[in-house]
Amino acid sequence: MSHSPALTDERPASPVLPKRPTSPAKRKQRLAAYLFLLPFFVVFLTMLVVPLVYSLYLSLFESKLIGGDVFAGLANYARALTDSAFLGSLGRVGLFFIIQVPIMLGLALFLALALDSARARGSKAVRLLIFTPYAVPAVVATLMWGYLYGEDFGPIAQVARAVGLGTPEFLSAQNILGSMMNIVTWEFVGYNMIIMYAALRSIPAELYEAAEIDGAGQFRLAWSIKIPAIRPAIMLTVIFSIIGSFQLFAEPSLLNAIAPAAISNSFTPNYYGYNIAFINQELNYAAAIAFLLGLVIAIVSYFVQLAGERRERVGLAERGILP
Amino acid sequence: MKKKARRTAVALVTGAVSIGLLVTGCAPSSSDDSTQEAVSQDDIDTAMTTPTKLTFWTWVPDIENEVALFEAKYPAIDVTVENVGQGLPHYQKLRSAIEAGEGAPDVTQIEYQYIPSFVLNNSLLDLTPYGADDLSGDYVDWAWNQVSPDDPVWAIPQDVGPMGNLYREDILSQAGITEPPATWDDYAAAAKTVKDSTGSYISNLGATQAGQMIGFFWQAGVKPFAYDGKETVSVNVNSDEAKKVATYWTELIQQDLISTDVDFADQWYQGLASGKYAGWLTAAWGPIFLQGTAEGTTGLWRAAPLPQWNAGDNVSGNWGGSSDAVLASSENKIAAYELAKFINNDEESAMRLATEQFLFPPQVSVLEDPAFVDQESAFYGGQKVNQLFADISQTVDTDFQWLPYMDYVYSTYEDTIGTVITDKGDIADALDTWQDQLVSYAEDQGFTVE
Repeated sequence: MSHSPALTDERPASPVLPKRPTSPAKRKQRLAAYLFLLPFFVVFLTMLVVPLVYSLYLSLFESKLIGGDVFAGLANYARALTDSAFLGSLGRVGLFFIIQVPIMLGLALFLALALDSARARGSKAVRLLIFTPYAVPAVVATLMWGYLYGEDFGPIAQVARAVGLGTPEFLSAQNILGSMMNIVTWEFVGYNMIIMYAALRSIPAELYEAAEIDGAGQFRLAWSIKIPAIRPAIMLTVIFSIIGSFQLFAEPSLLNAIAPAAISNSFTPNYYGYNIAFINQELNYAAAIAFLLGLVIAIVSYFVQLAGERRERVGLAERGILP
Repeated sequence: MKKKARRTAVALVTGAVSIGLLVTGCAPSSSDDSTQEAVSQDDIDTAMTTPTKLTFWTWVPDIENEVALFEAKYPAIDVTVENVGQGLPHYQKLRSAIEAGEGAPDVTQIEYQYIPSFVLNNSLLDLTPYGADDLSGDYVDWAWNQVSPDDPVWAIPQDVGPMGNLYREDILSQAGITEPPATWDDYAAAAKTVKDSTGSYISNLGATQAGQMIGFFWQAGVKPFAYDGKETVSVNVNSDEAKKVATYWTELIQQDLISTDVDFADQWYQGLASGKYAGWLTAAWGPIFLQGTAEGTTGLWRAAPLPQWNAGDNVSGNWGGSSDAVLASSENKIAAYELAKFINNDEESAMRLATEQFLFPPQVSVLEDPAFVDQESAFYGGQKVNQLFADISQTVDTDFQWLPYMDYVYSTYEDTIGTVITDKGDIADALDTWQDQLVSYAEDQGFTVE
């Protein structure tokens, strides 16, 4: 999606060569390559591109219960941009992203570093335990947390009452976003940890040895070698988290069953789109919302990536590696 | 599961195609059934002896038993029962299948309030040519009006939910209340006494339960919705009568005399079983449901009619219930109609629905059958609960209508009224917001709003 300036800018301009006819052998090879790619492209086209184009097409119409469909141009998009429910839902997931993602990734990084330092005993078992929540389907996880959060019977509330803290209202309108952040963190911290841990394992050991000879401790090692070295992996988890946050759906839609007053129909953009399509029966408007959401995710991802790369370049420049 | 997913995918794709056709102006012409000839007995006999396959979408558990009776009577007909989900998921799949033009069942369960949304796009078969209007006398009037507000008959009533008051006799008598409150004023006074002397709430108002509130509206004579079956709707959820009901509940909630837990959720089940609530204002399907939920309180409950707005009145509302309708797209319309009719009209089938599946019957024959009404329920201290609700069923206002977009009505109820109830705000004010949203949706969708 975004071209990477770090890669393209430094590439020397290739000299212009006179065009030569391709040899028959090469042409055959090329044909075979395309044949091998064909199955992917067939699925890609029919399962992704066609539905995408179709929903783009849908989003340009207006369908009414009385009077049927009429071409509406960009009216659905204009409506979405002034729809306070949609903008509110974007704001909510934006907030979710800003608060939850740093906590989750920070925790994941800490755990990955701890496991990698090989100081913790039974690190294999710990690794598996932390990863387990990811194997629990989001639906089950949400139902489970819904029970834990329960006001009268939930174990957390019971303990809180027993020690005289009163009843925490995890499912009230003010707290539900935080409760959801907790669920998502619990679910995905292990997943992100595994990505970072895998990246850590691939750092050549010579680097550590060199640093240790220079007298670096574990923290210095983590800060100056490990974290910079796995920056691409961290970037990857950030991008995944952006997409995950903006596409929150299962959690609000399931928590809605136990806290319907706290979760509005437009709690998150995806949930809003779903409700518009299947409850309000405005498929076309839902298509427009989906497209706008995709656009927002693309833009946010692009800028976050850009910021990451700039930091990297600044960092390298400071150390005199780049001009 | 996999099969279902595939079916959904097919429905989506074909739905896409049919929308495409609509866009290009190839909309199927709306059928005009008014000129249709009545079906003769010969036609019926032929249809019922020709080998036929029918599909029946319903979420009534064990309805296979009643369907088996039908198949025993008509061996040529083979019925496949499919449960595609309860409530909303059911309607979503039904709509997708209808839009796709294939995959829709012949007969489907429909709750009364959703009938208009399927009448709107000509999806339901008018059952009058098949002899359905002869059945009107077999059902309580108001239930029949639900399936046939005008001349056409859109479905056969299956079960209903006339509303009453289930209460904990032990908690109320502990508070010195020996008779169930007769009027809403009495109820409010009792709520205070019960709360002060026992700590229990006299009952719970489901914060987001539109069905219960609309049932209260129904009892109070509020006519919040109307639909002419074509393009005109009227929305009146913030009328003075509706606001009277809303203000009543607002005051009880603000004095903390009524709890507002979300119903049919864990917390609420606990509340019913633990005595947090000393009662439940519910429908005729409630007694059996409660029995399963609060087993530990056997013998402590009693049933009574709803409190009344005016002393001496005897009126009730309805909450829930469904019917069975035939889709206009069915290729075996006669057999499909006979199935919908048999399930809900055959004496044995209707009786079994009432006594085995515990669906509260709209059929007069069952409501008058001693085998049904004379049942004594130990959970209610030996009270003849069926008899009580059969009597209440006679007091439900006969003229209550719905809008052709109840999905939206319910979902906006949650967002407008539900949040206000939870925050102990003024429900009457929230009715204005709700009204605005319902009207503007109707206008956006091209309805004429009266």
